[in-house]
Amino acid sequence: MARFLAKHLLFLLLTLLVVSFLVFTLNEFSPGDVARKMLGAYATQEQVELLTKQMGLDRPLLVRYADYLRHVVSGDLGYSARFKAPVKDVLVKHLANTALLAAIAFACIVPLSVLLGVAAGMREASRVDRAISLFSTIIASIPEFALGVFLATIFVVWLGWLPGTATLVAGGGWSVASQFVLPVAVIVLFDSGYVVSMVRASMVEVMQRPYIRTAVLKGLPFPTVVLRHALRNAMLTPITVIMLQINYLVAGVVVVETVFAYPGFGRMMLEATLFKDIALIEAGALVAVFLAVATNILGDLAYLALDPRIRV
Amino acid sequence: MSTPATAEALPVSPPAPARVRGRAVWLGRLRALGESKPAAIGLAVILAWVALAVLAPVIAPYAPNANDLFALGHPTPSRAHWLGTDQLGRDLLSRILWGARPVLIIAPLAVLGAAALGSLLGLAAGYYGRWVGVVITRACDIVLSFPVIILYMIILAHFGSSAWNIIGVLTLTKAPIIARIVRGMALDLREREYVTAAKMRGESSLYIMLVEILPNARGPLVVDMCLRTGYNVIIIGALGFLGIGLPPPDPDWGGMVKDTYGMMMVWPHMALVPCAAISSLVVGFNLLAVGLRELGLRD
Repeated sequence: MARFLAKHLLFLLLTLLVVSFLVFTLNEFSPGDVARKMLGAYATQEQVELLTKQMGLDRPLLVRYADYLRHVVSGDLGYSARFKAPVKDVLVKHLANTALLAAIAFACIVPLSVLLGVAAGMREASRVDRAISLFSTIIASIPEFALGVFLATIFVVWLGWLPGTATLVAGGGWSVASQFVLPVAVIVLFDSGYVVSMVRASMVEVMQRPYIRTAVLKGLPFPTVVLRHALRNAMLTPITVIMLQINYLVAGVVVVETVFAYPGFGRMMLEATLFKDIALIEAGALVAVFLAVATNILGDLAYLALDPRIRV
Repeated sequence: MSTPATAEALPVSPPAPARVRGRAVWLGRLRALGESKPAAIGLAVILAWVALAVLAPVIAPYAPNANDLFALGHPTPSRAHWLGTDQLGRDLLSRILWGARPVLIIAPLAVLGAAALGSLLGLAAGYYGRWVGVVITRACDIVLSFPVIILYMIILAHFGSSAWNIIGVLTLTKAPIIARIVRGMALDLREREYVTAAKMRGESSLYIMLVEILPNARGPLVVDMCLRTGYNVIIIGALGFLGIGLPPPDPDWGGMVKDTYGMMMVWPHMALVPCAAISSLVVGFNLLAVGLRELGLRD
């Protein structure tokens, strides 16, 4: 167990280092001057050069990377040129917003997909199975922004039941809570399509095992067979997939956040990249990768906890 | 490849019957596709879009970037503009038809690129094993651990977005997934007798990987490539929607949604039409993938 954790944590550290270096180098090759961007088009060349020097951008790449690492380790993530605030504050604020959105969505996705997946997988090729499979395939095929447009057309434009933006500022007669409905709905629909098919596939496989046949043949009622005998084993494979969704929910919801003007992490990253806000891009990329690898490790751990046959 | 001289003297089956058999197999496969309803529907949708894209110059009623200033006041669908016009008075039907072209070129090209790169990496990792395998697998893990959409934003915002840059980014980020699949199969296949036989014949490693192992990994690969093409269509649309997709003014489905999304409350059809187009194309690819998997399981 200790070896397993040590190995994974080492990989996490390695990944963070590689990614931070790659993003750092990438910024190097980008056209456009940071100092020029900050000062605007009407600054003189001397002013630009002075700021470049002040920010230390005239030193060699490796020196600056080492310097950057030293600052990060000591907890200083730099200053965001786009938001005119310390990167740490900007990051925490937007991450908290996205975490809220992700948590609500996650709380809906898991029960919904397990319910639909089990219902579809317990009797393969039945009418229920076909309907749920078709539904999840089609839902997973609609891009998030298109799903957002479709739902907004129905509930905002035609019915007028919900607000079309989620800026987290109550206004126009809409409460903050009502603003969450559409973004959460889009995320849940788009994401559960994938998770449902995973749960279903796993359930189908488990239902073909001999011990399920034994349970059915000894006369147990079907619901008991499904709930007591099949469910736990069927959840083994999807648990990793479900854990991976956390990664998507935090870093992958850029599009949904853009559709509904939600002040979250993804949209912050989009603005940062469009503005070439290097400090914020670096920190955001590190957070995203950390989340991705950490949820991966958590998924593996959950797998271990559920399956007593696997020991490390 | 190094073929021993003695092989020349051995009786070789003439190539012609093999080719005929190959064609019969393909015809049989095509007929088998009809047996699976999802596959047939998916293929029909894709082919319909391909036909519309190819025929766009002939069937599109207007030039894709032509403004009809009289339509600005009444952009909703009418007899002159079947699907209506956008915020600049450009005919939506024509823009949808022309917009199918870049998507249908970029998405499959990127998948082919990813399949080529990923297969090579996966074969090398699976066949050689040891440190080559470790290095390739770790490198792939690092790319895969990165949330892709953020990776696209960083890269495309820095290098500017053109069709080639999008193809490149999609290729690089999808290759590790293919590599992982191929590696798993190569690990299994390299222990087979025919691989040992090829080694005994003195074939080069490259020949064994490409001719002996890769064709046997084809089935799962084709299903996956189909799914990837659908995903790529989604991503190209999302990039356009985020404003880092194909540069304007030429029609791009995602970009069309981005430009007209702000007018949802007044003219929802401007955003709805491209959204419907992109969704139907992805549904086509995913249904085909579902059908192919079904057929593969039945064999």
